[in-house]
Amino acid sequence: MKDLRLWGLKKSPWVYHVAAASCNNCDIEILELLTPRYDVERFGVVLVGSPRHADALLVTGVINRKSLPRVLEVYEQTPKPCLVIAIGTCACNCHIFRNSYNAVGPYDKHIPVHAYIPGCPPKPEAMIMGVVKALSKL
Amino acid sequence: MSSFLSGWRLVLAFVVSLIVIPVAGLVLNWVDRFVSARVQWRKGPPFYQPFADILKLLLKQTVVPRGAARTVFLLAPLVGIAGMSLVAMLLIFSNSGLVVAQKTSFIGDIIVLLYLLALVPLSFIVGASASRNPVAAVGASREMTLYLGYELPFVLALLVPIVKVARAWDVASALRIGGLVAYQQQFGPFLYSISGVIAAVIVLFTIQAKLGFVPFDIPEAEQEIMSGVLVEYSGAPLAAFRITRAMMFVLLPLLLITLLWGGIRDWWAVLKFLLIVVLVVLMKNTNPRFKIDQALVFFWFILAPLGIIAVVLAFIGL
Repeated sequence: MKDLRLWGLKKSPWVYHVAAASCNNCDIEILELLTPRYDVERFGVVLVGSPRHADALLVTGVINRKSLPRVLEVYEQTPKPCLVIAIGTCACNCHIFRNSYNAVGPYDKHIPVHAYIPGCPPKPEAMIMGVVKALSKL
Repeated sequence: MSSFLSGWRLVLAFVVSLIVIPVAGLVLNWVDRFVSARVQWRKGPPFYQPFADILKLLLKQTVVPRGAARTVFLLAPLVGIAGMSLVAMLLIFSNSGLVVAQKTSFIGDIIVLLYLLALVPLSFIVGASASRNPVAAVGASREMTLYLGYELPFVLALLVPIVKVARAWDVASALRIGGLVAYQQQFGPFLYSISGVIAAVIVLFTIQAKLGFVPFDIPEAEQEIMSGVLVEYSGAPLAAFRITRAMMFVLLPLLLITLLWGGIRDWWAVLKFLLIVVLVVLMKNTNPRFKIDQALVFFWFILAPLGIIAVVLAFIGL
């Protein structure tokens, strides 16, 4: 049963894109990841419109006092098991906003993060590799 | 009916409507995604992708939103599946190529079929309304409007074969799917006449709308209302909705073949079936989405008058 569940999760990770106060650069790279050029539907990755359908949350942007409750809410709305993938250096370690009055630390302080994909923005290839590594660790 | 559902026929009916049709639907779902991928010049998912999706959804947590009408929310997807299973039984067992038609279809089964097909939009509307989500409510209202839109030309298109058979034979056999198939076996498919072509075009657009494919995917427009009617569904109920859609994807082209294109009698039916499916998928991939008012205008003021013309033509015998 557990094997079946894992197999299903690995073969069809549906992603939901949580853009939490990012500069939009990572978001555009995520959109590029989903274009025919990289064709992640080969691996069953589909961008879904609702966190209820998601298996993986792609969170981008530096987390701040305003966006933290929203991100936590989206995480709670997602049915488990669900992966959290931090995309971009901002999401991994707050980048240049580390000492900002507004930043409340990287995501792993607040929600469990399964993969960190650094870069400003990371290349689509890097994202594919990160997701593959996160899935193989399951 | 009692003589119909007895012994091995009962077993066969259950196997076909609960196993064969959903599995075929999921395979078709892959065909849809594969053809879409090829249209967009990419590779596309492997053939087991829809099965992996369904398996994953079935084994995932099901979230019921706070304040939702719990029972209705969880039962609504089953209504859709039940409706589609009954349509499968009616449609497949009324086709004389498979089982003896005269015994299995009854007078008025085409009307029953129409109401059973309405169960799917109904399940979407009820489920979305029970979920207590404003976005789902918008989706439900659009689904209702769309249903009102396509049902009128759809009924007019179904009147074409009925009128033709009623003119040639009698009303009793015209209201039986088995009668319509028998007529086509004797005099050739309805499609090969002017009114038949018009009816087929209308049914094709209706298939597109009933399946929620792109020019008419207004109730679950992902970019504006985040998959609309399905927004709160997760886990097994979402899988049930996807299976319902998959079964519809098999049954609606079969309906078109049965009622207008000669019935399911020989292997040509497979080819016709694939042709309709690919046509639907290509239509999906080459069109932008309508707004809900545009869709309503399209169905009521373009297709419905066409349907009336087709019915009149059928009355004169064209």
